[in-house]
Amino acid sequence: MTDLYQSQRAMRHMRRTAMQRGVVAILDVGTSKIACLVLRFDGFEQMRDIDGVGPMAGQSTFRVIGAATTRSRGVRFGEIAVMNETERAIRTAVQAAQKMANVRVDHVIACFSGAEPRSYGLAGEWELQDSVVTEQDVARVMAACDVPDIGEARDVLHAQPVNFALDHRTGLGDPRGQIGNRLACDMHMLTVDASVVQNLLYCIKRCDLELAGIASSAYVAGISSLVEDEQELGAACIDMGGGATGISIFMKKHMIYADCVRMGGDHVTSDISKGLQVPLAVAERIKTKHGGVHATGMDDREMIEMGGDSGDWEKDRRQISRTELIGIMRPRVEEILEEVRARLDVAGFDHLPSQQVVLTGGASQIPGLDGLASRILGQRVRMGRPLRVQGLPQAATGAAFSSAVGLCLFAAHPQDEWWDFDIPTERYPARSLKRAIRWFKDNW
Amino acid sequence: MQSLGRAPQRPHAIRRDPAPSRWQYRMQRLWLTPLFRVLFRVGLPVASVGLIAALVLHDDSRRAALVQTYDSLSEQFQDRPEFRVSYLSIEGASRDLADAVRAKLAVKLPESSFDLDLDALRQKAEALDAVAKAELRVRAGGVLQVLLTERAPVLVWRNDTGLELLDATGHRVAGLAARGDRSDLPLVAGEGADTHASEALELLDAAGPISPRIRGLVRMGDRRWDIVLDREQRILLPSDGAVAALERLLALDAAENLLARDLVAVDLRNEQRPVLRLAPFALAEARRALGIIETTESDL
Repeated sequence: MTDLYQSQRAMRHMRRTAMQRGVVAILDVGTSKIACLVLRFDGFEQMRDIDGVGPMAGQSTFRVIGAATTRSRGVRFGEIAVMNETERAIRTAVQAAQKMANVRVDHVIACFSGAEPRSYGLAGEWELQDSVVTEQDVARVMAACDVPDIGEARDVLHAQPVNFALDHRTGLGDPRGQIGNRLACDMHMLTVDASVVQNLLYCIKRCDLELAGIASSAYVAGISSLVEDEQELGAACIDMGGGATGISIFMKKHMIYADCVRMGGDHVTSDISKGLQVPLAVAERIKTKHGGVHATGMDDREMIEMGGDSGDWEKDRRQISRTELIGIMRPRVEEILEEVRARLDVAGFDHLPSQQVVLTGGASQIPGLDGLASRILGQRVRMGRPLRVQGLPQAATGAAFSSAVGLCLFAAHPQDEWWDFDIPTERYPARSLKRAIRWFKDNW
Repeated sequence: MQSLGRAPQRPHAIRRDPAPSRWQYRMQRLWLTPLFRVLFRVGLPVASVGLIAALVLHDDSRRAALVQTYDSLSEQFQDRPEFRVSYLSIEGASRDLADAVRAKLAVKLPESSFDLDLDALRQKAEALDAVAKAELRVRAGGVLQVLLTERAPVLVWRNDTGLELLDATGHRVAGLAARGDRSDLPLVAGEGADTHASEALELLDAAGPISPRIRGLVRMGDRRWDIVLDREQRILLPSDGAVAALERLLALDAAENLLARDLVAVDLRNEQRPVLRLAPFALAEARRALGIIETTESDL
């Protein structure tokens, strides 16, 4: 796991460099679209003087100066399937965003939704040598967490300490300086397929960009679309994307569970395409213009022209009623939501004090979805839109951009992950210079 | 019947969103690099202009042609009739001096006013002793006007080479053939008399009642003045405070009528002790009157 630690630390370092340069790009690699935002950080350092998060959840330090979105190519289920196509799509988005920002971007922070994320809860304990908790003790308790077998070819994407407990007191955010005997730590670890990360890395490298951070889109969508008390009391964010639906559960402002259903809006589109025998583009248009999940009597009379240029008059003049369209869409949407329900049940979402469900993402914009979702996911369902950030174009404020906006917040103010903490002294190589420096620091 | 000309536009064609090629993408990124932009916008034009200039000027003959073109153009401009100077007018001087100045300046007219070096001409004119100051200007109508201020002679200086006229500052004005030509001017003689002309003039001014008797002033050893009166009398003045000494002597003369007596010289060099030198006859008479036994060995 040391190499992961190193690579994540290298990415953190890259992020710091990007902050110093003041410009960083945000890349949301989705199945249906690729969004690129260019952020300019002004006075980041002076804002850090303020204690805590600062105004506007730390997001007033940056400003979106360029935004571009392009049709995604070569991405399936939130994973890169055709490298060349994806690379070209990334290039298109980055170029357009750069053009709008009129500045060259070298560092990019990316997120993706697929790659079969798996959540693990880790726990570790450490007997304090001195009764006061020091930074080294925090490092040791995290090192003491027993890592489960995450499987072949999987990488750790997030590993965040969620909770610290000192003797019988739990729920500590920062245990440093407190007095006790026994320090315990709960950690949430999210692993993904290593090959997907490798593919994304390769694509970004081919675009002459440097990766300064990587995140799961379920996580960042939760950051942007859950409000503060929802994050605090417990809520689930359902990010319904094109090819995958991400689930993230937040509690005490930490993500405690994340998962992904490999179904999304593109499946609805393909159902329409198959059912009505129209091209995918037409199906997408019909879905976004006339789609819904609740049929009423009015919908029987609303006829939809399907069009087409096959040359066969009969085929090109077909019409369907909206009820028929809803009849095609609803089973698939229900299937997605049922699958989400199953995942939430597995995660033990029932036991959370507050069972708020927030639907976001492009596919959540189907009219009437909140009514359907409240039947399946529970009564407390609302539609989520991303936080408003400075300089974001109006076109990019919709629910489809919640993970892109969340990634902006993640770039500006990342949560402490396992690799942001110190390494325990005894884990350093025996003859390391760092170890000597550490010894000097500790003793003088 | 339907026209076969053009297929109807598809109402909902997908917006084309072509990906930039790798090179296009790189060029755009390069163009967005600030240093590159500055180099391209400023550096490239400067470098190309410099290169073209260097290539053109590399050839000697081309360079010479360029210089020649410039010269001929400027000459053409300067030779225009508006700038031509055709007459020389000398004012404020006697006819002889004007001729001398004209000969000295030796300007070939007509000439362009750009080619006239007025400063050099002025220095040339002022090199003449008789000219105190010369002002040159080119006036409208192509006239080069020279305004001269002549030196006024106030002293005649007799030196080793002959007679010279000096002005109040001691500068030479002209030579003089005979003393009689300017008998109105006082005479000075001796080495360094010209450099101390102002002192001489002060002395002459202070001489007042005895000035009709003054034959001239002699500079002794470039140090002090002697006033030579008629009847071969001399007044030996000190090197410092000569005017004051002279005034004291004049007061004495007014009281005692000193200079009318039979004296050879009045020595005022020592302020504490003026000495009178009597003529031999007067000396003998004086001694006799005082009853001093006459000595034989000295006439003085």
